[in-house]
Amino acid sequence: MRFILRRLGFYLIAFWVSITLNFLLPRFMPGDPVSRMFARNQDRMQPEQIEQLRKLLGVDDRPLWEQYFGYLHNMLTGQMGVSMSRFPAPVTEVIGSQVGWTLLLGGTALVIAAVVGNLLGILAAWRRGGAVDSALPPLLIFIGSFPYFWLAMGALYLFGVTLGWFPIRHAFSDTIGPSFSWEFVSDVGMHLVLPALTIVLVSIGGWMLGMRNTMIATNAEDYITMAEAKGLRPGRIMFRYAARNAMLPSVTAFGMSLGFVVGGALLTEVVFAYPGVGYQLLAAVQGLDYPLMQGLFLTITAAVLLANFLVDILYVRLDPRVRSN
Amino acid sequence: MTTSIANTASSLPGETLADPLTGKTPDGGTGLPPAVSVRQSNRSLLHGLLTNKKAMTGAAILFVFIALALLAPVLFPDNPSKITGMASQEPDAEYWLGTTAKGQDVLALTIHGSRSSLFVGLTVGFASTFIGILVGLASAYFGKFIDEALSLTTNVFLLLPGLPLLVILAAFLPPGLGTVILVLVVTGWAGSARVLRSQALSIRSKDFVAAAVVTGERPLRIMFGEILPNMASIVMGTLLACIIYGIGAQAGLEFLGLGDVSTVSWGNNLYWAGNEGALLTGSWWVFVPSGVCIALVAFSLALINYAVDEVTNPRLRKIRKPKSDKPKLTQADQPKPVPTGKRAAA
Repeated sequence: MRFILRRLGFYLIAFWVSITLNFLLPRFMPGDPVSRMFARNQDRMQPEQIEQLRKLLGVDDRPLWEQYFGYLHNMLTGQMGVSMSRFPAPVTEVIGSQVGWTLLLGGTALVIAAVVGNLLGILAAWRRGGAVDSALPPLLIFIGSFPYFWLAMGALYLFGVTLGWFPIRHAFSDTIGPSFSWEFVSDVGMHLVLPALTIVLVSIGGWMLGMRNTMIATNAEDYITMAEAKGLRPGRIMFRYAARNAMLPSVTAFGMSLGFVVGGALLTEVVFAYPGVGYQLLAAVQGLDYPLMQGLFLTITAAVLLANFLVDILYVRLDPRVRSN
Repeated sequence: MTTSIANTASSLPGETLADPLTGKTPDGGTGLPPAVSVRQSNRSLLHGLLTNKKAMTGAAILFVFIALALLAPVLFPDNPSKITGMASQEPDAEYWLGTTAKGQDVLALTIHGSRSSLFVGLTVGFASTFIGILVGLASAYFGKFIDEALSLTTNVFLLLPGLPLLVILAAFLPPGLGTVILVLVVTGWAGSARVLRSQALSIRSKDFVAAAVVTGERPLRIMFGEILPNMASIVMGTLLACIIYGIGAQAGLEFLGLGDVSTVSWGNNLYWAGNEGALLTGSWWVFVPSGVCIALVAFSLALINYAVDEVTNPRLRKIRKPKSDKPKLTQADQPKPVPTGKRAAA
């Protein structure tokens, strides 16, 4: 319990830091983004927009600490203001319409990469020097060396443009409206293949090597020798004895990746014009839509922190040493 | 070592940008040679690297790129952005890598691009590692409150999602090369600080450091004269990983159009390729070279990194259950931004 509380405290601090960062950035950065934005949007802005922007970005006559507490209060109560580029939609609404796609893309890619990668890692460690162990790591490391977005571009070019197997942009076809029909679901699936595949390709090596390395250490433990001496089936030793104990770092990595997926798939989303939060974040940056930008950043951060907290709770369940500490 | 299990759980993987799936190495600590003779162990590291095939392959690739970067003004004295040929020409005898949609020579762009990419990568790598060393050593040496405060800061920075933070920072700062470097260092130092802190902690608890404290050595001298030399291999690993991170993250940032679009670099080449629709028109030669270059440089650095691991960590070299043939790659890290492998376990 103490562990959980400590972690919770830590995440709250981290969240506070990101809100504060959000607060400070537009106020103390050189280059004055506020005036840049005012200059650009002058004719198009409604008076109430200007008013709320002033508040949000600190072109405001109140003392700084008063602004700060006002800002904290607004953020914690979910009042992130109104989007500039998609006026008059509130920021929360814009984010809400995007977040599902990112979760779908990221979730699918993450689960596939984690499951397949860990299995490969288990196999590689179990048969050290075997085919899986000698051929795959260098190959995956090499693939992992490519920039994310570049692999995405390559996949898009090869499978999307040249071969035409998969659609090249967006999350579903314009001709089909969202519905729970088979047609729509399969269409979404087709749009998902390429972006998800890129993420899986890049990240699978990390899972595999991580699992392999932990498992090599686990394999050297006495209880494995004991299990072998008892004459247990190799498959049982591999999964129930060795892999199970080697899982812990992977569990932690999973939490980290959940958050990473929300934000890190950004580049992939941009390449495929996939309508998730990453794509939206870039659009917000390009449109100088500061409220939306800040809202997205906070949402992504919150997702990362929440995911990690959940993993911590799971960790306590899995690792008794943490409980007794 | 003072790290508790709780702390370990918290300090498991946490990469800043590219990929947080860090594996913890089998042996928490590194196979550091006992501190009998630092100089000797460092020399054997160098010797080990020079005789290591992976290290030499990596070094050779890297050398080629550095040479190309230095020779770029000689090979292509013209401004690489100058429009010299027809638009979107396929590779031929005159333009070995074809031309862009604007009619620029892709080969010139790629070779000139290596200058900015390597420069930023190296600068970011050295700066992040330097901050990491300072934070790690201070944390380990002073302990207590200073350690708590520095670790908290490090962990918060590790947890904040790197790429979105990068984008936000780049959006608020005035565009330019300085911004790119600053932003990359801000998001990249934490990973190296954490790795170096764990290592410094384990060395801090060794007897020879205690002896140095008792004999009244100055803190700075203990940190940089006693502890740091014993971390040489891990500092090197961290540096390599930070350079990889720097190059990759710069490319990503520039690809999003958030870098300095007026300079020629691999990331910007890809940005323009995307902008000019090279993918849709089928001009593969425009976007392939820069990407392959980034990958090759990252791969060569990763190779050297593995070699460092292999040389310093006997566990990874030895195969416990010998099977028929030797594995080609017995190393245990991944080619990701922040050095992973060698965290000292609790």
